[in-house]
Amino acid sequence: MKRHLPLSLLVLAVICVQQLTRATGTAFYLTPLTMAAYYSLVIVGLCLLMGYAGQISLGHAGFFAIGGYLSAMLTTKNLIPFKENSLIALGDRLGLLIHGQDMFGEPFLLVQPWAACGCAILVTIVVAYGIGIPVLKLKGHYLAMATLGFGIIVYRLALASPLFGEADGISGVPGFPLLPGLAVSGDFSSRVSNYYLAWGMVAFAMWLLVNLIHSRVGRALRAIHGAEGAANAMGIDTARYKLNTFVLSAVLAAVAGIFLTHYNGGIGPSEAGIMKSVRYVAIVAIGGMANLWGALVMGALLNIMSLRGMFGSYDDAVFGAILIVIMLFAPQGLLGISLPAALKRILRRGA
Amino acid sequence: MLLEIKNLFRRFGGLQAVSDVSFSVPQGMIKAVIGPNGAGKTTLFNLISGALPPSAGGIHFKGQPIHGLPPYRIASQGMARTYQNIKLYPGMTALENVMVGRHCRCRAGFLSGMLSLPWSRKEEKASRVAAMELLALLDIADLAEVEATSLAFGQQRAVEFARALATEPELLLLDEPAAGLNIYETAEVARLISKINGQGITVLLVEHDMSLVMDISQEIVVLSFGEKIAEGTPAEIQHNKEVIRIYLGEDDA
Amino acid sequence: MTLELFSQYLLAGITYGIIYAIVGIGFNIIYNTTGIINFAQGEFVMLGGMTAISLSQWLPLPLAIGVAVLIVMLIGALVEILFIRWLDRPSVLRMIIITIGISILIREAALHIWGEGVRSLPYFVGNEITTVQILGARVSPQVLWVIGVCAVMVLGLSLFFRYTLQGKKMQACAANRMAATLCGISTRNMVTLSFMLSAGIGALAGCVMSPITYTQYDIGTGLAIKGFTVAILGGLGSSMAAVAAGLLLGLIESFSVSVVPLAFQDAISISLLLAILFFRPHGLFGNKDAADLKEF
Repeated sequence: MKRHLPLSLLVLAVICVQQLTRATGTAFYLTPLTMAAYYSLVIVGLCLLMGYAGQISLGHAGFFAIGGYLSAMLTTKNLIPFKENSLIALGDRLGLLIHGQDMFGEPFLLVQPWAACGCAILVTIVVAYGIGIPVLKLKGHYLAMATLGFGIIVYRLALASPLFGEADGISGVPGFPLLPGLAVSGDFSSRVSNYYLAWGMVAFAMWLLVNLIHSRVGRALRAIHGAEGAANAMGIDTARYKLNTFVLSAVLAAVAGIFLTHYNGGIGPSEAGIMKSVRYVAIVAIGGMANLWGALVMGALLNIMSLRGMFGSYDDAVFGAILIVIMLFAPQGLLGISLPAALKRILRRGA
Repeated sequence: MLLEIKNLFRRFGGLQAVSDVSFSVPQGMIKAVIGPNGAGKTTLFNLISGALPPSAGGIHFKGQPIHGLPPYRIASQGMARTYQNIKLYPGMTALENVMVGRHCRCRAGFLSGMLSLPWSRKEEKASRVAAMELLALLDIADLAEVEATSLAFGQQRAVEFARALATEPELLLLDEPAAGLNIYETAEVARLISKINGQGITVLLVEHDMSLVMDISQEIVVLSFGEKIAEGTPAEIQHNKEVIRIYLGEDDA
Repeated sequence: MTLELFSQYLLAGITYGIIYAIVGIGFNIIYNTTGIINFAQGEFVMLGGMTAISLSQWLPLPLAIGVAVLIVMLIGALVEILFIRWLDRPSVLRMIIITIGISILIREAALHIWGEGVRSLPYFVGNEITTVQILGARVSPQVLWVIGVCAVMVLGLSLFFRYTLQGKKMQACAANRMAATLCGISTRNMVTLSFMLSAGIGALAGCVMSPITYTQYDIGTGLAIKGFTVAILGGLGSSMAAVAAGLLLGLIESFSVSVVPLAFQDAISISLLLAILFFRPHGLFGNKDAADLKEF
């Protein structure tokens, strides 16, 4: 199908890049590439919310953090002290827990990565619905501030709670075994398989989202973005659609958080910070608000550059500058500008 | 009675925009609401379509109360509207705009959309065909792939019309369908309204163009400063002293 | 709770509260003239303090503060001319993103100029151990300076808006831009003036609070959020209500320390913001119908 041509290109590009790194001996690039893939999941979800449903979210890093922190906490927190608790015992009987011994011979009891993942996603859904219902009734500045506030609350909770490691975050997060022999982890040996796993998830997410855009729901979202009152008048339950889109994008962010945490082996409070949320918004803006592929390409590019340290200590400043420049000169994103038209606009304004 | 308005009130702070208005629209009729500017006609439409809740009074559609319901519910029950200052969806083609009208008659949701299930794809195709047919009905099929807000005014009007028809309404609310149109275009609109009325759709229209109103309406309601001051056939309204007074002013003789 | 503790909390609440109120008023001034919410408002406060600290190395304190305020006012004008003037009826989304970008740039610039360290201006009177006794509590005299200076600013602003020509011109712009233009008021200049005014009061507040709250490159964001909360709490656009709202927020924050660990203090003010946004977005003193008609 024509709409999925970019998807085939993506798969092709992913394979080519990996082969290229193997051929040139630069396999260390695979790590930032893998991380960039997971961040891209957040970004395309945000693009759906901002570009299609037209709802800004300045706190999406909060959902990433909820996913990451919960799965990190559950897979590293020793539950032995709570062995007697009926909930823990139930989990044990259902096979949700792992028994083991640490290097001192002390027994420990942890939650299985699958169970932790499921729990994290469940919590994300509940929080997203809980926050979404009141927040999405707001518009403009109020909506922006409310989402910003949400992100800050998550950040503060992560920073202040001993349960979440306070300023140090959580480390020592084990790998996430998906299939026998295939696990999401930072293991050197599984670098290549992790790379393909991450980009495979991205490809699958893009397939789902592109389908959604071209469906009745996608059209309804665009109508809501275009003229909400008129969309409602044509039979679209705008509140419900905005909410479901919000939750979907939140789940995508949480999934990204979960897997990136297992890949990195840990997570810190900065992942929930404002600057991360702003970064995601900047990338969606530069990719073209309602351009899923634009957001993906820009997201991959900018994240890789940032992860490789190309922006040095100006990292945050770069994204701030991107925001301003794009919004001033190319609100449709980089891939939508026409240079002559932009120049004409500048000259006219200055007069 | 398809639509019944009973003792409808709407206040904005100290302003009584609609004050104790009552009338009914039987099935199959073309009824017009007229009145000088500021009479409360668009407010009335907003109340009926659910965009505004009434301060007091009741609105019944097909025998069921609809006052206080959100617009999307009223729309799916069979009422559609057009807008005085056109509200098409920017960034979408004419065809896509009309297809949005099909929304309430389709079912594909998030999951079936994301997975591109066969039945949802079939539904999409049917929607597209239905939308194209409506565009053809209004003689703008060739504009299907044009971005809706870049069309000429009269063409945008037509797209909005098609979009409203796409919802398969039983009652169509038209807010000044002839505004900004010339004589020929207005006649075309009149023809169109009569045609869809002939297909069984009840029409309630707000209009300033008296030739259109007198030509096609079977009954007329006259509003002034939010109050109903007259109701009757075109002939009765034309001879109503009160109506003449509010439009033409007092006779100083 | 002893009288001393109560007074301590009370004065802390009023001190912080009036600072938040100044930031909130800054929001209101710009919002009233342009309809824009300036997310970079908090950065003006930070810049005021930082610039004054640097200048105080060469200039006597009062002069350093005066020059700092002037510099920040110029920066405010610069921000408006460089970034805001361009825009041709921008959407709300664009405005939000641009001002966020501006606040990030200012913050990062501050980071690179002044580093991560915490700094402060010297106390205006005495030093860090001088105290004055008020209502049974021992507080630094700086607190009186903060409250005094900010109160004078609020008074000055209300006089400015009510009695001077410039002030009335700005109010005209706020009420109806098109009509103001028709009366020969240069709305462009009014917009620049509003930015300068907001920047100026923010900067002065930043200077006067520096000895007790310290100044660091990243205090801007938190202040902006609290200032926004105050502006919304009072009803967006009303400066007098912002004062009341600011004091309220300051007091809530201050007294909440007695029930909630300090680390969660920020969460309290944000939860208040969310509560207001969800349940009463037109604020405590705003008018619901008027707020509904606002173009967002």
